Amino acid sequence: MADKVLDAKGLNCPLPILKAKKALKDVPEGGTLEVLSTDPGSVADFQAFCRTTGNELVEHSEEGGVYTFLIRKT
Amino acid sequence: MSEDKGVNPNTMSIIVTKGSLDWAYPPFILSSTAAAMGLDVTMFFTFYGLPLLLKKMDLKVTPLGNAAMKMPMMGGHMVMPNLVAAIPGVDAMASKMMKNLIKKNGVATIPELRDLAVEADVRMIGCQMTMELFDYGAEDMIEGIEVGGAATYIEVATQSHINLFI
Repeated sequence: MADKVLDAKGLNCPLPILKAKKALKDVPEGGTLEVLSTDPGSVADFQAFCRTTGNELVEHSEEGGVYTFLIRKT
Repeated sequence: MSEDKGVNPNTMSIIVTKGSLDWAYPPFILSSTAAAMGLDVTMFFTFYGLPLLLKKMDLKVTPLGNAAMKMPMMGGHMVMPNLVAAIPGVDAMASKMMKNLIKKNGVATIPELRDLAVEADVRMIGCQMTMELFDYGAEDMIEGIEVGGAATYIEVATQSHINLFI
């Protein structure tokens, strides 16, 4: 279970990233944030976001058009 | 440069020169996203980009002379001939259509993106000369911005790894 869940479904680029960044502020270091998105572009974008910021993209998956990302704050 | 100290790779500057509803997107999307990714971002607003710093933004898009503007309509894409685009009221209609598309697709509004950029400490500089040229005062602009000229921007650019002109 993630420390915080962000529902970004229905939002388009770059809102899922911007809202995830804000949500990460409420996550303790080492804790996790789960993001739900329907933006297909968010798959590449969350990978790039995590590579650049140093946060860890623990896993990501897709089911029924909803993308789920689990990010560990570092 | 008297001394090469190396430039921090996590720095970006953007010169913002266009202020229509469509062209307002690239600078605000990139600045807010870069800031979210930990970059220090500076935006320099000049000429038609300056009104993007106004408290009250009234953004419009025009199909006139905009051959690449194809609006989705009835399953296809519509290009407006210049002769039609020049008719009074068409700009307002196109702007309304664009705003509807933005809403329908979950795309952020420009005021929303600007707020996010401000919140993320994006440094915003209004061009002094443009303010005088088009008769804008500091009281017309949102709070927290700076005012400067070409030298102010060039100094920022020498310290930024990524420099964009939009």
